[in-house]
Amino acid sequence: MVNIDIAKEHDIQLITVVGEIDASSSIELDDALRSASDEGSGIIINLEGLDYISSAGLGVFISYIDELKTKKILFILFGMQPAVKEVFDILGLNQIMTIVTDKDEAIKIANEI
Amino acid sequence: MTQKLKIRLSFLAGLLSWLLFAFFDLYALFVAKYELKVNLSELLPQIFLTTFILSTLTFYRYKITKADSINFLDLLWRVFITGLVTTIGSLIIRLFFYVFANSAISKNPITINFFYHLLVGLVIIFLISTFVVWKRLILYQKSKNLLQLWGFFEYALLGSMIFDFFGNQFFTVNFNTVLIFLSSFALILSFNLKWIAYLNFKQKWKSILFILLSGIYVYHFLLNLTNFSSTNELSINLIDRVYINAIFVFIILYAGISILVTLFNLPTSSVFEQKLKEAIDFQKLSQSIPSGQSENQTYDILLDSSMSAVFADAAFLKLKNNDNILSRNIDQNMIKEVHENINNNSAKEIISFNFNGDFSNNKVSTSLRHSTFKSIITMPIMVKGSQHGVLVLLQEVADAFNREMVDIIVTFVSQASISIENFTLISEAIENERYQEQLKIAKTVQNSLLPSKLNTHPDFEIVAESHAAEEVGGDYYDMVESQDGIFNFIIGDVSGKGTSAAFNMAQMKGIFHSLVLQNGKPAEFIMLANAALGMCLEKSSFITASYFQIDTIKKKLCHVRAGHCPALYFSRSTNKIQLLESNGLGLGILRNSEYNDFVKEETLTYHNGDILLAYTDGITEARNADNKLYGIEGLKTSLVKHTDCTAEEIKQRIIDDLQVFLGDLELDDDYTLSVMKFDTTRNG
Repeated sequence: MVNIDIAKEHDIQLITVVGEIDASSSIELDDALRSASDEGSGIIINLEGLDYISSAGLGVFISYIDELKTKKILFILFGMQPAVKEVFDILGLNQIMTIVTDKDEAIKIANEI
Repeated sequence: MTQKLKIRLSFLAGLLSWLLFAFFDLYALFVAKYELKVNLSELLPQIFLTTFILSTLTFYRYKITKADSINFLDLLWRVFITGLVTTIGSLIIRLFFYVFANSAISKNPITINFFYHLLVGLVIIFLISTFVVWKRLILYQKSKNLLQLWGFFEYALLGSMIFDFFGNQFFTVNFNTVLIFLSSFALILSFNLKWIAYLNFKQKWKSILFILLSGIYVYHFLLNLTNFSSTNELSINLIDRVYINAIFVFIILYAGISILVTLFNLPTSSVFEQKLKEAIDFQKLSQSIPSGQSENQTYDILLDSSMSAVFADAAFLKLKNNDNILSRNIDQNMIKEVHENINNNSAKEIISFNFNGDFSNNKVSTSLRHSTFKSIITMPIMVKGSQHGVLVLLQEVADAFNREMVDIIVTFVSQASISIENFTLISEAIENERYQEQLKIAKTVQNSLLPSKLNTHPDFEIVAESHAAEEVGGDYYDMVESQDGIFNFIIGDVSGKGTSAAFNMAQMKGIFHSLVLQNGKPAEFIMLANAALGMCLEKSSFITASYFQIDTIKKKLCHVRAGHCPALYFSRSTNKIQLLESNGLGLGILRNSEYNDFVKEETLTYHNGDILLAYTDGITEARNADNKLYGIEGLKTSLVKHTDCTAEEIKQRIIDDLQVFLGDLELDDDYTLSVMKFDTTRNG
C-alpha cells in the first residue's frame, strides 16, 4: 500500500511517497518516476513517510539511475527513516545517489547546480 | 409372514372355501331331493361363500401392488386379462347349456347349481380383482379425508355381507335402501381420478379401450347371472346379495366416469406432455456439466429445449467472445436481417451485448417488423454478472410469446448460466492445478541448483540452509574449491521473489561456476560477474552477493561485499563480533566499468574458534507481531550465545531463536543462513 503524490515546485518535481513499497506497489512508483523523468526537470523525492521498501521497489529506483544520469536530470532523495536508510546503505546506493536528511538540504543542493 | 406366503395361503383358503361352498350347497340339494334325514345347517354354504369372497379379496390385495405413474396401464391391462379369462370360462358354461339345451341334464337342478357355482367363482374373481385395481387407482394420491372415506366404504361393504346372511330378496325395501346407500358412496369415491392426468395421449386411448372391454365383460356376466336366476332352481342367488350388487354398481360407475373424464382430458394431454418435457429438458441442462459435457453442448441443449418450450419457428444463439453462431432453421443472412429489424431499444441493447443488467420480462419479448418473423424473444445469457451471450427465439405469428413462455426461457437460461459458470470454474481449477504442478517441478529443479553438500576441510566446518517463501525463491549459496586449499564461498540474494527471482538465481549459479575456475581474487570475480549480469538481467533487477575466499594455506579469509547484508565475524581471541561491511554495490546496479570503483576487497587472518556467519535479508528483516524488526542486533545477540557449539548446532539454534522472536508468525520471505567455524588445530 503506497500513496504517491507529485507536485511541481519551481522547476522541480517533488514526489512524496507514503506507505510501503512492495512488488505490487512498485508499479506506482515506476509510473511516478516515468512521468517525472519525461518532464525533464529535477526530481526530489520525499521519503519521510516511507515505512518499508522491498527489493522490487529498490529495483525501480535503480532502473532510473542510468537514464537520469544521461539526461543530466537532478535526482535527490531525502527524509529516509533509519530502517529504510540502512537498506539503501547496505546495497551501496548511498554511493551513487544523492541522499540527504531534509527538504531544505535537498533544495539547497538543487539550487547550487 | 412374507408377501409370497400370504398370497399362497389366501389362494389356498379361497380354493378350499369355494370347494366347501359348492359341496355343502350341492349336498343340501341332495338332502332336499332325496329327503335324507341329515341335519345340516343351511348357513354352511353361505359361510363358505363369504370366506371365499374374503380370501379372494386378501389374495388380490397382496397380488396387486400400489399404483404409480408407470403402471396405470399395467393395472388396467390386468383387469382386461382377468376379465378375458373369466369371461371365456363363463362362455364355456353358456356353451354347455346351449349344446345340451334339450337334454335332461341341463334341466337337472344339481347340474344347474354346479355350473352356477363355477360361474359364481369366476364372477367373484373378476369383481374382486377389478375392485382392488379401482381401489389402487382411487388411492393413487391419497389425502387423510379420502382414506377415511374409503375405509368407511369398505366397512360398509363388509357390513353388507352380514346383511346378506338374512336372505333378503333383490328389490325389497331393505335391500334397496342398503344398495342405494352403498351406491352413493361409490359415486362420491368415483370422482377420484387424478391418475388420468399422468397418462399421455396414447396411454389415454389405451385405457379407454381396456375399460370399455371390461364393460363388455361386466355386461356378459350380468346377462349370464340373470339367465341362471330365471331358472328358479338356484339355492343361493348372487343377484339377491347386496354386496355383489354394490360391487357391480361401483365398478360400473368408476369405469363410466373414468372413460368420460379420460375422453375430456384427451385434448389437454399435449399440454401435460409439454410440461413434462420442459421438466426433463431443465434436468438435462442442469446435468450437462457433471456429465463432463462441453460448453457448446450446453448451448445446444439450451437452444433445442428453449425452442420446443415456446414453439419457436427459428432460433439462434450468439456468444460475445465467439463469432460462431449456433442456429436452428435460420441462415446467416436472415440473422442479419432480424438484427437490423429490431426497433425495440432494450432488445437492441441485449442483442448487441450492451445489456445493463436491468431485467424485466416485457423488455425481453417484443414484436418484430420482418417479412417472415413477427415475434421475438431476446434473452441475455449472464455469467458472473456480465453478459456472455444472447439467445434469440423467433415466431412467424405476431404476439406469439406469452408471459409464461418468457418465464420458462428465463429459468432455462439461468440454469444454463449456472452450468457454464461451473464449467469455467472447473477449467480454471484444472489450469491452476497444472500451474501448481509446474511450480513443484521448478522447486525440484531449483533445489538441485543449491549444493546438496558443502566441501569439507580440516580447517573449517561449514553448514548452510536455505528456504523459499514461495515454491521457488531467489536465494543462492555455493562453494567451490578452485585449487588445492583455496575455497570460494558465495551467498547471494536476487531482487524480487518467486519465479523471476528463481530464473536470475540460476543465471547467478552459471556465472559463479564459470568464473570461479579462473581462480581470480574475489574483487575480480565480482567485477566480471557484474559485467556478465549487466548483459542479461532486466533493468530493474539486481543481485546482492558476498564472496569469500578461504586460503587454508595462508589461513586468510578474503572477501568482497556486493551490496549484500554484512556478514558477522566472531573472533575467539577478542570474543567480539565484527560486521564485514566494507563498501560495495549490488550486482547489476551500475552496468558499466564505473562499477569497478565500488568494489573493495578486505582480507583477515582466521584463528581457531572464529565463526563466519553469512545470511540473506530474510533473517534480519523478519518482523514479529509487534512489527519489531529482528535486525542485525537480534542476529548478533543470538550468535554470541552459541559460539561454543558446532557449526550445525549454531545454525539450528539461531533459527530456533528467530522462531522464538517471531512467536506464532512464520517467516514469509526467502532466507538463507550459513555458518562456517574455523578450527586450526587439526591442520598444522
